[in-house]
Amino acid sequence: MKYFALVWATLWRKRARTVFTLLSLVAAFLLLGLLQAAHALFSLGSVNLAAPILITQARVSFTSPLPLRLLPQIEAVPGVAAVSWSQFFGGVYKDPKNFFPQFATVPERWRRVFSECRLPEEQFQAWQASRTAAVAGRELAERFGWKVGERIPLQSQIWPRRDGDRAWTFDLVGIFDDSAKGSCARVGNMYIRYDYFDEERQFGRGNAGIYVLRLQDPARAEAIGRQVDAMFENSPDETKTQTEKDFTLNFVRQIGNLSLILYSILGAVFFTLLLLTGNTMSQAVRERIPELAVLKTIGYADGTLLALVLAESLLLCTLGGLGGMLLSVLAMRVLAKVQMQFPPFHADLRVWLTALASMLLLGLAVGLPPALRAGRLSIVDALAERR
Amino acid sequence: MLRQILAVSSMSLRSIPQRLGTSLVIVVGIGGVVAVLVALLSMSKGFEYTLKGTGSDARALLLSAGVTAELSSYIGPDSVPLLRELPGVRRGADGKPLASAEIVVITELRRHGGDVNVALRGVEPAGIAMRPEVRIVEGRLFRPGLQEVIAGRSARQQFSGLQLGARLQFRGSQWTVVGIFDSGGDAHESELWTDADTARSAFGRPGASGVLAELAPPDPATALQTLKNAVTADPRFQVDVQTERHYFTAQSQGFTEQITLLTAVVTAIMAFGAVFGALNTMYSAVSARQSEIATLRAIGFSGLPVMVSVLAESIALALAGGAAGGALAYLLFDGMSVSTLGQNFTQVAFSFAVTPGLLLRGMAWALAIGLIGGFFPALRAVRLPVADALRAG
Repeated sequence: MKYFALVWATLWRKRARTVFTLLSLVAAFLLLGLLQAAHALFSLGSVNLAAPILITQARVSFTSPLPLRLLPQIEAVPGVAAVSWSQFFGGVYKDPKNFFPQFATVPERWRRVFSECRLPEEQFQAWQASRTAAVAGRELAERFGWKVGERIPLQSQIWPRRDGDRAWTFDLVGIFDDSAKGSCARVGNMYIRYDYFDEERQFGRGNAGIYVLRLQDPARAEAIGRQVDAMFENSPDETKTQTEKDFTLNFVRQIGNLSLILYSILGAVFFTLLLLTGNTMSQAVRERIPELAVLKTIGYADGTLLALVLAESLLLCTLGGLGGMLLSVLAMRVLAKVQMQFPPFHADLRVWLTALASMLLLGLAVGLPPALRAGRLSIVDALAERR
Repeated sequence: MLRQILAVSSMSLRSIPQRLGTSLVIVVGIGGVVAVLVALLSMSKGFEYTLKGTGSDARALLLSAGVTAELSSYIGPDSVPLLRELPGVRRGADGKPLASAEIVVITELRRHGGDVNVALRGVEPAGIAMRPEVRIVEGRLFRPGLQEVIAGRSARQQFSGLQLGARLQFRGSQWTVVGIFDSGGDAHESELWTDADTARSAFGRPGASGVLAELAPPDPATALQTLKNAVTADPRFQVDVQTERHYFTAQSQGFTEQITLLTAVVTAIMAFGAVFGALNTMYSAVSARQSEIATLRAIGFSGLPVMVSVLAESIALALAGGAAGGALAYLLFDGMSVSTLGQNFTQVAFSFAVTPGLLLRGMAWALAIGLIGGFFPALRAVRLPVADALRAG
């Protein structure tokens, strides 16, 4: 610590150069923060899908609805605590950019299957009392500033009503919360009543959509999934049962190999940065060789000099890195406000750890060669400025 | 004056090898920016090419009103025969309308790392006749009434288990891949095709997702208007009419916009970093050359040639970086085929397309970064007090 002033002073020896290098580092880490957060968003790193829930869909595709008649058979499977079903509604709220998922479901079953979601009792009663009633997650309600009592018009992309009109209107009677933070992954969704939906839709009546199974024991998920699928094998309604997490992840995976693209960009950025910062550091040391020789003459050990130069490069990288990461956090705050298409995402601990590790590695990689050189200086040559 | 500029600039350019390490910072920094820019944009370009190259202006696609994708469209079985007979639809040699009521369903195929959604399209015989771009390149066409499919060439490349003779299981029954078709690399090549009636009965959907109709000659645009008027005039239909090409072009919009936004953000940040790298390099180049510059000024060279020489150096390095970045993006990505989820919620295979336009755009960015990175150091070079600089050297 007592050398901090010295390191600090040498860092600012050429102010313009240090500032430029810092700004390059800030840019790189800003990008790292943003891309990592985007990656976490797409790999669902921040979504908690740990509830013991299985999704049973038609084998051919989740868009082919399963009929309601499968219900008794699925309910009879031992280990299944509750079964619900839901049909994707595909509604557009005012503008296609306002995308959020809506599902038609049965309130009583919804409550039993998604038991992590807390809906106040009187709101639940209101949902059961009115056929056009709907409930929304807290995150969704806050996104559009909805209050209980709001009338929500939706233009369904999939389901026309009997008269061919695609405009549906629902009354928001309840807003549900997470019981524990992050355990109810559904706070961005809206749920409408299946009975009303089924009676009102023009075609497809009597189809359930997908089934949602809540298990007693999460460890038996795989076995129960296989058992369900075996019951309907070789029938026109073959099923595919998987955990909710796999079901959701498969959507994301299908977008394509995003991680590859993100990591290629980051790789390019860091390679560039390595060269740039490395160049700055070696220049900084080269210019200072006579000074370093003086330090050595007055008794600084080789190791101390090596550590001083290394500390300087680590300080440079950490300063720039932290600046960039802070900026990326700010940028994400702004983005979450402006870009409604995405749920708000935050840099979680993993992102910060990756960033910190990158700063240290970068600092070591660029600092080590000049540091070694400083440590190995021959005093006589250096003082004579023979390089 | 011009001779002075040339002389000083060539002197500074020839001295680059002496400052190779620092000069590389500009080349690599700008190379990175350009490579990322070109690679990302070539992805959205490729996607756009594939979708814009799908369909024809001489064919109309009829979908239920208000939907944006074939998948969510459904036209009831009563409307289909009426729609076929509307004016504006071309008639074949046999007098029958050239129209194909097609059904599109999603099927899940296995691919390493998870299942993927692939479109299965039920096509009527007219649908094959109407699309001259579709050629069977292996095997044969499916036969009506049998559970047979043909797979697009891109689909076979991207997803496993679609080789000739392979069996697929949909809704409890076996389907055989009997042929592979080529449609010029368009979006249909990512699909599986089968006979429309076979698909209708297998998937229990008696109507159609959409009706594709060939527009009557001689002028398809007039025929399209006739068809639109006929549809609007009849209250039995709730149908939108558009050209097939218009539909597929619109499908590329969302993806292209997202990639463009991502590219803009990433490139801007990277360019910001590269500018400071360039500034660092050029300032140190100026300070390395300071006694040389002072000497030149002392023997009567004016400021402009000195300034130009610094700028010329940074621009030369920037352009070298831009060219290297563009070349890298071209070598690594051009023609690489990938697939992503399209608007229809099914996979669309496409290839990265590094076009000359994109390369030029990359060079423009390189030039801009080189100019900014060289300008301020150039200014300093001119302002160096000659006497001090000479003494320092």
